[in-house]
Amino acid sequence: MREVAIVGVGMTRWGELWEKSLRDIYVETALLAMEDAGVDRIDSMIVGCMSSGLFVGQEHLGSVLADSLGAAPVPASRVESACASGGLAVRTGFMEVASGMSDIVLVSGVEKMTDVDGGDATYALGTAADQEYECYHGITFPGLYAMMARAYMHQYGLTREELAAVAVKNHENGSKNPLAQFPMKVTIEQVIGSVMVADPLRILDCSPITDGAAAMILCPLDQAKKISKNSPVKIIGSGHATDSIAYHSREDLTYLEAVAKAAERAYKMAGGGPETIDAVEVHDCFTIAEILAIEALGLVERGKGRTAASSGLTAIGGKIPVNPSGGLKSKGHPVGATGVAQVIELTKQLRGECGDRQVKNARRALAQNMGGSGGSSIVHILEVG
Amino acid sequence: MFSSRYWREIPQRYRMEAAKCSGCGHVSFPPRLICPKCKGRKFEKVRLPDQGKILTYTVIHVPATPFKDEVPFAIAVVELDGGVRITSQVVDCDPSTLTIGQRVRTEFRKLQEIGDAGILCYGYKCVPA
Amino acid sequence: MVGVIGYGAYIPRYRIRVEEIAKTWGADAPSYKRGLLLKEKSVPAPDQDTITMSVEASRYAVRRAGIDSARIGAVYVGSESHPYAVKPSGTVLAEALGATPQAHTADFEFACKAGSEGMFVAMGLVQAGLVEYALGVGADTSQGAPGDALEYSASAGAGAFLFGREKILAEVEETDTFMTDTPDFWRREHQFYPEHAGRFTGEPAYFKHTLGAAKGILKKAGATAKDFAFAVFHQPNGKFPLKVGEMLGFTKQQVETGLLSPTLGNTYSGASPIGLTAILDVAKPGDRILMVSYGSGAGSDAFIFRATDLLPKVQNLAPKTRPQLDDNKFYLDYGTYAKFRGKIRKAG
Repeated sequence: MREVAIVGVGMTRWGELWEKSLRDIYVETALLAMEDAGVDRIDSMIVGCMSSGLFVGQEHLGSVLADSLGAAPVPASRVESACASGGLAVRTGFMEVASGMSDIVLVSGVEKMTDVDGGDATYALGTAADQEYECYHGITFPGLYAMMARAYMHQYGLTREELAAVAVKNHENGSKNPLAQFPMKVTIEQVIGSVMVADPLRILDCSPITDGAAAMILCPLDQAKKISKNSPVKIIGSGHATDSIAYHSREDLTYLEAVAKAAERAYKMAGGGPETIDAVEVHDCFTIAEILAIEALGLVERGKGRTAASSGLTAIGGKIPVNPSGGLKSKGHPVGATGVAQVIELTKQLRGECGDRQVKNARRALAQNMGGSGGSSIVHILEVG
Repeated sequence: MFSSRYWREIPQRYRMEAAKCSGCGHVSFPPRLICPKCKGRKFEKVRLPDQGKILTYTVIHVPATPFKDEVPFAIAVVELDGGVRITSQVVDCDPSTLTIGQRVRTEFRKLQEIGDAGILCYGYKCVPA
Repeated sequence: MVGVIGYGAYIPRYRIRVEEIAKTWGADAPSYKRGLLLKEKSVPAPDQDTITMSVEASRYAVRRAGIDSARIGAVYVGSESHPYAVKPSGTVLAEALGATPQAHTADFEFACKAGSEGMFVAMGLVQAGLVEYALGVGADTSQGAPGDALEYSASAGAGAFLFGREKILAEVEETDTFMTDTPDFWRREHQFYPEHAGRFTGEPAYFKHTLGAAKGILKKAGATAKDFAFAVFHQPNGKFPLKVGEMLGFTKQQVETGLLSPTLGNTYSGASPIGLTAILDVAKPGDRILMVSYGSGAGSDAFIFRATDLLPKVQNLAPKTRPQLDDNKFYLDYGTYAKFRGKIRKAG
């Protein structure tokens, strides 16, 4: 297996991009990534997208986007693992380069979510759960995570304030990210006083509906110097795991087994556990998700994720900086793009390009992307090349 | 067309039929073709009990479109007696009074209407026991 | 011998008081309460309809009968609020019970008499030996137009009766019917609310047919009011059944056990059937029970039942009717009631 490097990244500011189509936002970021890497050709492209069919009525994205980019006839694949589609795109691209099948691979994630109204977006996102045995009964994604929050509160005594501290921290970080959709800072009081979505989760506990894309160029490490002027960032670990699709079937309702399993595989490949990680991006689609993710990743003990944000442990200057980008919460969550954007943030952190939100002396970093309520998860570990 | 998708699930939705593995006794709901515990392929049809307890719950205020008229409504993970778990709405209650561990039982209810002219979709919901 | 081998009632938990409706329309609540003896009525939750209530009531009936549902050979649901205009309620009910595929099924409609007609046909098929067990259900989520007199009474509930030839709880001793064409109450195709002919619904309609069927069956049976422990009549309000009972020589005591309308309202096809379940909940072996339904259009069915020694053994096997009516109630304001009943719809 060849070693794989990230040599170019591209992202534009996320948000409600009314004037831009799915193709527009994809092509913009793809071109940025190619320019950043300094490449003018690609051998293959992988795009992660959860539900272009339900959001914009368009499937067959491989062809659509290769055509839009003017890259046809390169092989182009769309991969899907719900909200972990971006992470899966990174992993698929990683495997394609590692295997020797392709040298220069464009890995992207994209989601155009604002062409449908809120109820239809909630429905589309819901298709990541068990359609016949969860969604049929009216559950939503905020609802699934709200049930995790309630179970965790019951088991570990998590308070409403401790939960809100996750949002406060991530908005603080996001305020330093020029590409964030919601860069405003929020207070505990604002979070607790915001509109109820699914009790106990309120709107400021939830990641937003976002249009956005993210792209990167992967190549073999031993060709990185030749292909790009950028200092390479290595992908040294990649783990992927699945769990039951229905939340109610999980043995422990306060633990994300797929995250733990994916992390275990990534740590093994990287040759080092959670203690070796300097910066982390986790899938905080809801405040509770960050708490559960850092526990499953082994960054804190079970039940200790509760106070990680409120105590400052996971702040940028803390012992384990989590979501320096602002996370899904502040940066936005165009579902298929999120997993790619997490890896882009860590690439920039490892390159030392993050300005006010830079994690000092970051050498090794971990990205965790979640599918659905934990039915799948993908973990990548990066290292300075 | 929603009819076939709905119709296929009727034994589970109307009668809570599950599959008990002839090998290890694990009960799968809905029924499966292969036992997730022992990989057995032989099953016996069983009906789930109608009583259970709430393991966790939420109250939905922002719904998916098909449920827009119903908010706010409570929905829970319920462990039926015997251990099988389901996701189910909890109705005929003040959602603010629900608690983890509370006993509930299932009742036959209408779950969805497919528009103003489409089929009516039935199934189980829970009520306080 | 043929008779009831299982019975059950289902009453929704939501209620609205007469005062709450009267307040909305500027009507005189005390006059409704005094004149029609109505205090409050049941309201179906938005996820309840004739089908769902029929399923619950029938499950209770099956539980009391202790039979295998697969042996039920006929399923009839009588209602004027079948959720589908075309597609049977009975198929959903039969499927939910596990009575498919060998069960004769059709939906009945005869205003408030559809339930008792379903019971009569179910009983007849069993008596004829064509099926082993048959189920007759009366259920409605009746609608009254906003502000109309019917809005104070139109309510929801279901009563279900399983008939068989063995392990009988209440033997059917006699039946009779009385029917003419009388346009006192109707709902045309595609109309949401029924209309009625005001005071014409009384003497030439309810009273003529109810008395006709009652007198007919008493004559056939050679019985008088004093031969009965209980009597239950169709109950569009609290007043009519008391009056008709009095005209037939029944005491208030004989009538009040099955008289649920003052706090239940008019459950239309479910009215006298649910009243009968409340009587079966407390009847003792040997008790004779007269039931007379009434449906606009118009007609009445009459039954005489005699409770057997088995009845007390099954009364507690499923939820009883009075507790469902009296306990665990949630009162609605008019706005929520209007939303629940689809009188107002959320935008979007």
